[in-house]
Amino acid sequence: MNPVLDQTWRDARGFFGTLAAIDHKTIGKRYLVTAFGFFVAAGILAALMRLQLARPENTLIGPDLYNQLFTTHGTAMMFLFAVPVMQGMAIYLVPLMVGARSIAFPRMNAFAYWIYLFGGLFLFIALLLDIGPDAGWFSYVPLAGPQYTPGKRADVWAQMITFTELSGLIAAIVVIATVFKLRAPGMTLARLPLFVWAMLVTAFMILFAMPAVMLASTALILDRLVSTHFYNPAEGGDALLWQHLFWFFGHPEVYFIFIPGLAFMSSIIPTFSRRPIYGYPAIVLSLTSTAFLSFGLWVHHMFATHIPELGKSFFTAASMMIAIPTAIQIFCWLATMWSGRLDLRTPMLFSLAFFFILVLGGLTGIMVASVPLDLQLHDTYFVVAHLHYVLIGGAVFPLFGAWYYWFPKLTGRLMSERLGRWQFWLFFIGFNVAFYPMHHLGLQGMPRRVYTYADDMGWGPLNLLSTLGAVMIAASVLLFIVNAARSRRGGMLAAENPWGAGTLEWATASPPPAYNFERPPVVRARDPLWEPIGEPPAEPAQVVGLAERTREALVTTVLDAMPSHRLVFPQPSIWPFVSAVMLTALFIGSIFTPWAVVWGAVPVAIAVTLWFWPKRGETLEHLALEKRP
Amino acid sequence: MRAQDILAPAGPQAQHIEALWWVTVVICAVVFAAVLVALALALIRSPRGNPATPPDLSSLARPERSAAFAVVAAVALCSALLVFLTVASFATDRRLASLGPPALEIEITGHRWWWEVRYQDADPSRTFTTANEMHIPVGKPVLVKLKADDVIHSFWVPNLSGKKDLIPGRDATLTLQADKPGVYRGQCAEFCGVQHAKMALLVFADPPEQYQAWAAAERKPALQPASEEQERGREIFVNGRCAMCHAIQGTSANARKAPDLTHFASRETLAAGAVPNTIGHLAGWILDPHSIKPGVNMPGNPLDPDDLQALLAYLGGLR
Repeated sequence: MNPVLDQTWRDARGFFGTLAAIDHKTIGKRYLVTAFGFFVAAGILAALMRLQLARPENTLIGPDLYNQLFTTHGTAMMFLFAVPVMQGMAIYLVPLMVGARSIAFPRMNAFAYWIYLFGGLFLFIALLLDIGPDAGWFSYVPLAGPQYTPGKRADVWAQMITFTELSGLIAAIVVIATVFKLRAPGMTLARLPLFVWAMLVTAFMILFAMPAVMLASTALILDRLVSTHFYNPAEGGDALLWQHLFWFFGHPEVYFIFIPGLAFMSSIIPTFSRRPIYGYPAIVLSLTSTAFLSFGLWVHHMFATHIPELGKSFFTAASMMIAIPTAIQIFCWLATMWSGRLDLRTPMLFSLAFFFILVLGGLTGIMVASVPLDLQLHDTYFVVAHLHYVLIGGAVFPLFGAWYYWFPKLTGRLMSERLGRWQFWLFFIGFNVAFYPMHHLGLQGMPRRVYTYADDMGWGPLNLLSTLGAVMIAASVLLFIVNAARSRRGGMLAAENPWGAGTLEWATASPPPAYNFERPPVVRARDPLWEPIGEPPAEPAQVVGLAERTREALVTTVLDAMPSHRLVFPQPSIWPFVSAVMLTALFIGSIFTPWAVVWGAVPVAIAVTLWFWPKRGETLEHLALEKRP
Repeated sequence: MRAQDILAPAGPQAQHIEALWWVTVVICAVVFAAVLVALALALIRSPRGNPATPPDLSSLARPERSAAFAVVAAVALCSALLVFLTVASFATDRRLASLGPPALEIEITGHRWWWEVRYQDADPSRTFTTANEMHIPVGKPVLVKLKADDVIHSFWVPNLSGKKDLIPGRDATLTLQADKPGVYRGQCAEFCGVQHAKMALLVFADPPEQYQAWAAAERKPALQPASEEQERGREIFVNGRCAMCHAIQGTSANARKAPDLTHFASRETLAAGAVPNTIGHLAGWILDPHSIKPGVNMPGNPLDPDDLQALLAYLGGLR
């Protein structure tokens, strides 16, 4: 511990210090805890739905509440859990992995977190007040339009989109800037850890996909609030326009949940196979081609609509093709394990589950990619099974693996291996018991989004089985919470690098100090902690000469990570928090009256102005540093 | 058990899709098994390590030729299978489009939460309207024109064909054919609001002569009341609230907000397949529809017992 650096980089303590915090590790942990909270909340909603569906003609939950439950479940899982949790992992880990002192734009990063938190609370408070959205997480018009969803329910959904997409876009910019400009000297793009590659690709996808849904939901709010007619066919609007805009975002969204899952796999598998990953360039190219292809598939959500058949064929071909980059990565991991020395600990178990669950989900994905098959399977329980196999197998299983893997880095203590194995097997078996039967329910004709079904349809037994699986999943998540809570206090102490891994986050203490690295490293290999061998280097192994009493960091070039210049980072500030509060007031007010946009903008402008108000003392100090480092 | 099964096709469209389904399932099952076998072999053959095991960096120095060969071969094989499945999908698309010229045109309009079914004819006097249950002749292609009145619905009778959405402002069509006589159930497949779960449709595939007889009966106006009680029931229907939304051909009730009840008693189910069409369910439905379909657009009708009996007698006679 370097007390001078610690003093310089530490967030202030106390109540205001907490609100003003900008350390990426603090913000990253907040993201993870918040997203996990929403995961549990949305999971409870799913459990309620499973209880309702456990037997035919059940009257536990009526249609009005059921529709709010499934809408909020889907919305929260996609917008409040899956995307932000991945961004939280990136915000915590990317600066450590690239050997940086801080994340880029740390205040903006803190602002994004607050916006995300307030947007998420807004959705769940609305649900508790019985104004939870009830038109589905896809919010199709005209159902979500002013005529068929009077009241505020659809506005809550649309404005929650504004919150989370704003926060998502900011987090994406922060990650891109960090990866491009704050890498340790020597970490060329060809030496970038695969985790960082994946998070970079994800951030670019977010940047291109999210504006589509923000545009769509803003037009929906305008239709509802000031009577525009973007989606009203009676006034020259188009109901199908919504679907194009929504899925142009919605399909890439699946992949920016899935690609971080691949990132965890590509981090965990080499470490627990005791060798560098096989096929690094192939994996990087697969990640980028997945990102490009994912923007060319959106129509496969719309095969049942009346659009030209030839056009649909193109989307069938594209949807099939996106299986290839994922197949490449799966084979590269298999090749890595084939010649590795395997350590089958909990993180590895969760990664191995990917090969069963995600592969099965990918294969059913190939089925629904075909227009004729999709015309039968679309909007049935088969698709419910498919999407949970893909998202839980492709993202949540690797995510749990990642939590076991990086828990010692975040807390300084290891999680219990015994409880971890119990949790894994409960989750793996429970997941398959809950979701596998849904394939058959779909084939037997059970549509999605129904609050009940008749006894003579014969869907009762499989639904009951599925509900039992849901109970097992709940038990498994509970076990994870117990394990995390107990290990945080009394787990085995972790050294810097408890798994013997090769990437830079393991080169500093667990948990890392506020300044991440006492001396930022100089990188000469893809797995810097594994490959120090070779000729003695010509250049130094660490960055020296950065000021210790100001927040100074080294900026490097985009491609080769050559040292470029020194940059002084901002101090913690309360204004990102205040700005987020003001903006929240504007957003929520504007679902009630358009004037909220006008009057709400005043406090937002004041808060943002104060946030950026230059301080003479700091400027003089920076100038002095520039002249005489 | 009602027939609503993708894997029990009763017509050429569903058959083509089922054939593609089995081809795809077999290929996918083989690939799935192959991946799991490769994983199992990797787990069995590789020695165990632990965090203290020094990482094996030999792969950095020399190319891993056998691994490269295996990965490239596996990717090539997967790509070939994907191309095959894509072509098979296109071929099925083509077959689905090859059903002959339609013998019958039916216009279906989706409402929250019921189906309006209009049988069209070049001669306007031969068109007729019914709801939630349709009959088609076996062995003849039928053109279904799909419209939506309010929100998006989706027409789906899995035993006969794939689904197609009914989107306001964008009319669509679907061709289907039943080869086996029988009753096939369908259900709205696009979430359409509170009662999406109870928006079903029955398709009766009849032998052609039986179908002709049914259609001829449907074209006729409603039967006249045969008793005094039925007569009173008609008065209640026509002069009360019922006629605000429902139509009965041959009377002055001709609103189109709700199902046409001209031949109501010949239907098997009530409220878009929610309950069987029995006198008990009908009485419950008229008095309090929300106990059967919460949130439905039909209001409750607190009739006194005599009026209710008269109305039931009239509706029960509308064969």
